[in-house]
Amino acid sequence: MTDTNTSNGTASAEDVRRFTDMADSWWDPNGKFRPLHQINPARIGYIRDNVVAHYGLEPTVGAPLDGLTLLDVGCGGGLLCEPMRRLGARVTGIDAGEKNIAVASRHAEQSGLDIDYRHQLPEQLAKMKGTFDIVLNMEVIEHVSDLDAFLEASAGLVSPGGVMVLSTINRTFKALALAKIGAEYILRWLPPGTHDWRKFVKPSELARRLGPHGVEVTDVTGMAYSPFKDEWFLNQDLAVNYLVFAGKI
Amino acid sequence: MAGPTAPHINADILIAGGGLVGGTLAVALGQAGFQVAVVDAQAPAEGLLADFDGRASAIALSSQRVLDGLGLWALMQPHTAPIKDIRVSDGDSLMFLHYDHNDIGHDAFGHMVENRSIRMALDKKLSGAANITRLAPARIADLERHPGYVSAILEDGRTVTAGLVVGAEGRTSPTRDHAGIPVTRWPYEQTGIVCTVEHELPHDNIAHEHFLPAGPFAILPLPGNRSSIVWTERGDLAPAILALDDDQFLAELKSRFGDFLGEIKVLGPRWGYPLSLQYAARTVDHRLVLAGDASHGMHPIAGQGLNMGLRDVAALAEVLADAHRLGLDPGDALVLEKYERWRRFDNTMMLAMTDALNRLFSNDIAPIRLARDVGLAAVNRIPPLKKIFMGHAMGLVGELPRLMRGETL
Repeated sequence: MTDTNTSNGTASAEDVRRFTDMADSWWDPNGKFRPLHQINPARIGYIRDNVVAHYGLEPTVGAPLDGLTLLDVGCGGGLLCEPMRRLGARVTGIDAGEKNIAVASRHAEQSGLDIDYRHQLPEQLAKMKGTFDIVLNMEVIEHVSDLDAFLEASAGLVSPGGVMVLSTINRTFKALALAKIGAEYILRWLPPGTHDWRKFVKPSELARRLGPHGVEVTDVTGMAYSPFKDEWFLNQDLAVNYLVFAGKI
Repeated sequence: MAGPTAPHINADILIAGGGLVGGTLAVALGQAGFQVAVVDAQAPAEGLLADFDGRASAIALSSQRVLDGLGLWALMQPHTAPIKDIRVSDGDSLMFLHYDHNDIGHDAFGHMVENRSIRMALDKKLSGAANITRLAPARIADLERHPGYVSAILEDGRTVTAGLVVGAEGRTSPTRDHAGIPVTRWPYEQTGIVCTVEHELPHDNIAHEHFLPAGPFAILPLPGNRSSIVWTERGDLAPAILALDDDQFLAELKSRFGDFLGEIKVLGPRWGYPLSLQYAARTVDHRLVLAGDASHGMHPIAGQGLNMGLRDVAALAEVLADAHRLGLDPGDALVLEKYERWRRFDNTMMLAMTDALNRLFSNDIAPIRLARDVGLAAVNRIPPLKKIFMGHAMGLVGELPRLMRGETL
């Protein structure tokens, strides 16, 4: 069955439309997605280092993730898929927005990278493509309509012994102040309405909700912005943006 | 190895210009794991001939670390001379500034090395690297920058594709002009007359910078009883001086050099380089960056041109190596933005400083002379101030790239 109807399922229809409207600017580093371009080095470093440690790989070689299969859920324009492919992983990217997948496919072709992009939801992919060594849910769970169903479908896509990496925004007042009001209304890094604070998830809740699906959280790390260096870096402050590394039993 | 039978070269990074800056960058990027293509107008052997480039460069400590980290320093080291003291004097006045390496706790301020020795070291490294393709002599006939890559067509019909093109062809960078990056130029109406002299007495590794009305006259120690001369002369007089016969030229030289090193003799040819300041409005563009003189050409008064170029190399190589380790595209605009931000301030400061020094010293106006003599004496007497100037001369100020801190890329 090749059902690509995305009007139902775990994706929030309103959020899918919002991101699709901006699809053309995914790869414009000075456009609406500049914040994602800016957090890329910090989050890629986190994924790479933790995956390399988990699988006992050699971190210094040119393509450390060579031979691993990777699924990027909510891949958008492919901002993470392309670096992951260059690091050696066999990459599949899925997104609920059809236009995003078109943009991502076109860009990968321009970059000369073979990436399997699909306009699908995780619960649809589970039926057809088996499981992956690495499943990424980066900056995506704060945009889904049914978190438990989404996590269950995502967890089902991780191979036994494989890993899941997530990143999202904590539901704290600091996050409301910085990530919502600050980023959307004051700094204008993001279009107003990008985030709904009520959908933000606390790290403890995430760990509790992943557990029943056999996914065990092994690390939680914060991510913050340095205005002096105009760069994002990893730290131990989980109050706003944070990353989670988890292993599938 | 690519030759005319391999009409297409696919690289990560294309470097236009294989000179001191472009060549060093190629070595650094090659060691960082990139596939590098270098296009240079000069055949490699031609650039190594004795009469190709008569200049010598003052390699600051931080630059030495870069060359050392890349395995280039060991190849040129036998041909270098340390600078242990710097003596600055102003015209006929007795005021002078004395920089002693003992004040800063290092063996030397830096080393003098003939550009030819640097080119030989580069030639050896470049031809021995498996992931560096040298296309020389060759010229880029057309450069196209697409959303996902750049593609260059060479005059001989070969094509090169890459994720990023680096313009490192020096002051007249065609890559910079192709990108339409405006350049601010201002001529100094001065010419740098360069030659090498042999002298009777040893130089004791002391560099002399003597400020004459036409501009600075520098005597810089080379291995043996030899020194490199950088004689700044008025632009309108220089052609006549360069055209003098050997005896007359020596007489003019002696009247400036003095006799403190005994008898002197000019070795080899003399060169004239018109001096100017030039500054590109941007260092980066879509899938394109500038490094070295293509981005900033400065007055040789402080011997910083190549050092600033090597700083560009160290910063650019670091930014690109970090991106490579994260699987980021070398032409990623944010990666290039980081390089621009890193180098912009430093290069602007050095351009302004060399320009101000030249303006301050290249004249014979009495009140200015008095002021600068008092200034030199003051700098000499205030150790912290002197340390700051020395730190700058050695390239140890500012946020240093890893290669300049003696770390690996």
